[in-house]
Amino acid sequence: MSQPTTVTPATDPTIKSPLVRIEHLVKHFPTGGAFGRAVVHAVDDVNLAIQKGETLGLVGESGCGKSTLGRVIVQLQPATSGHVFFQDQDLTRLRGEKLRRIRQQVQMIFQDPYASLNPRMTVGDIVSEPLRNFRLARGKKAEQRVQEVMRVVGLNPGFVNRYPHEFSGGQRQRIGIARALVLNPTFMVADEPVSALDVSIQAQIVNLMEDLQEKFNLTYLFIAHELAVVRHISDRVAVMYLGKIVEIGPSAAIRDRPLHPYTKVLQSSVPVPDPDVEASRKPILLKGEIPSPVNPPPACRFHTRCPIAQKICSEVEPPLEMKESGRFAACHFAGQL
Amino acid sequence: MSSGTVHAVDGISFDIDRGEIVGVVGESGSGKTMTALSLLRLVPEPGKISGRILFGEQDVLQMADDEIREFRGNEVAMIFQDPMTSLNPVLRVGFQVEEAMDAHRRFTRQQSRERVVPMLQRVRIPAAKERVKDFPHQFSGGMRQRAMIAMGVSNEPSLLIADEPTTALDVTVQASIIELLRDISRELRAAVILITHNMALVASLCNRVIVMYAGRIVEEGPTRAIFKNPQHPYTWSLLRSMPRVDEVAKERLISIKGVPPDLAKPPAGCKFHPRCRFRIDKCFTEEPPLGEVDPGQLARCWVLMKNIQDPESEAMR
Repeated sequence: MSQPTTVTPATDPTIKSPLVRIEHLVKHFPTGGAFGRAVVHAVDDVNLAIQKGETLGLVGESGCGKSTLGRVIVQLQPATSGHVFFQDQDLTRLRGEKLRRIRQQVQMIFQDPYASLNPRMTVGDIVSEPLRNFRLARGKKAEQRVQEVMRVVGLNPGFVNRYPHEFSGGQRQRIGIARALVLNPTFMVADEPVSALDVSIQAQIVNLMEDLQEKFNLTYLFIAHELAVVRHISDRVAVMYLGKIVEIGPSAAIRDRPLHPYTKVLQSSVPVPDPDVEASRKPILLKGEIPSPVNPPPACRFHTRCPIAQKICSEVEPPLEMKESGRFAACHFAGQL
Repeated sequence: MSSGTVHAVDGISFDIDRGEIVGVVGESGSGKTMTALSLLRLVPEPGKISGRILFGEQDVLQMADDEIREFRGNEVAMIFQDPMTSLNPVLRVGFQVEEAMDAHRRFTRQQSRERVVPMLQRVRIPAAKERVKDFPHQFSGGMRQRAMIAMGVSNEPSLLIADEPTTALDVTVQASIIELLRDISRELRAAVILITHNMALVASLCNRVIVMYAGRIVEEGPTRAIFKNPQHPYTWSLLRSMPRVDEVAKERLISIKGVPPDLAKPPAGCKFHPRCRFRIDKCFTEEPPLGEVDPGQLARCWVLMKNIQDPESEAMR
């Protein structure tokens, strides 16, 4: 059975029942350059499918566009072009009441539990606000729902009248999760949800997110710069570099045999808490700096820093194509580093 | 408003030799940064330090003002987490490196000027000759951290204190800074204190580890012993709470319940007992001493992990 060459991660046949499908998604930001024409290529032609009930991890370094991608998916920012299908409805085309209705099912958890909670609102008000916004519950009913959700995320329901500053970082992140959970969503985008937390607290939140997923059959897009955490929580991982997805595939397969050189570099860069492993680990050091997303390098965007780049890499852009069942990489020399 | 004394760091003793890299690990508020600032007598007002800090034969706490100034710049250098806030944004990078040498008068003006470019080259800033004229904002995060390291090592200190030197950086940049620190410590034959919350970084760089919790050392020893055979429940749990990039199967992480104590009102007994899964009655009332558990390895615990049958399943309960 030969696959047509047009299979993209959005049409990946191994994703049997996609909840989210992203096609040719582009997000450019104008920067007001000399003639007002310079743009930041934050997200460029991204294709993705997210299987119902899975966790898709999205990793990349700062400025690669991973947070922007997350925000465009949940329509916190409008796409420049392309489509985001959620249960076969194109969110980028929906407006008004129709978009609002879908939004109940699509929620977001933010990185900074200090900045993403209004300091003047009590926990009860914060968690019940979505219920009020969507006119789903008021009064006693809303109170009950808030208490229920607080219990589910491991917060003492007796604390409803407290303010965010009375809580630790980990508890604040639980408040953020409760707020996202109160509407009974099916899909959650978590943008670096544990990066700002202490190590001993990170595990609490990661475990909580895993429990919630099982309990409520949630689908996650888990965005982080930290490969170890992403690998741990995700069924599949997508790697981003300068606005493009360069590799996507099952977590275990990527760990054992990364196909894209950038994935391999990322993996080799992360120290492991084991002195024996560290004694022999040789990180692949990248030359130069990450190029500006205003003027990304032509053809393969990684070619200026890639340890195995050849002439073709600066001339022809490698498509993100299926290399094996369920595995995609955008590289002319995939698997050769 | 509350008042009173917070024992941010309480009864810390350790020593460090030339050529050794010692990791001080702990979470925010564990006192690891305060310990380092105490070494330099840089504790912010109204903080007080008591005890002895011996540098060679000299007690840092007894030094006169000009002596401590001399000591800070010439013998010790500190590298901070955020290179953007530690560099002056309106001065050229080269000038700042030169200034660091001028301030401590180990070199003449002429020598300082001549040493700037080689220093920047030594920390592997590409095209150093051109870039010495750049301002900090023209440098990337990794380059700024390199410039900070250049300033720190320009006076050839015998003790280098690096406080979360890679935390603000991307992973690929982190990797190169780790390599640089390793090389620099070897070249200088300096003693290095690496302060971090990242156990993996410690495994990568350090010969010896000091684990801090609530202002105390709870465990200390050679890196390999601490990672392979941790005896304090805090160290043990911390190591199992972190996912590993090379992890084979998706295992459930062992989390440490609760939060670190408020040091203004620390718990009685062992400071870790409210969060400890292996505590016994004694832990509630009596604080354990830091006792030797193996040659060179010390732990502050009444129980010790080696006395627990199947800690993993115990911790999962």
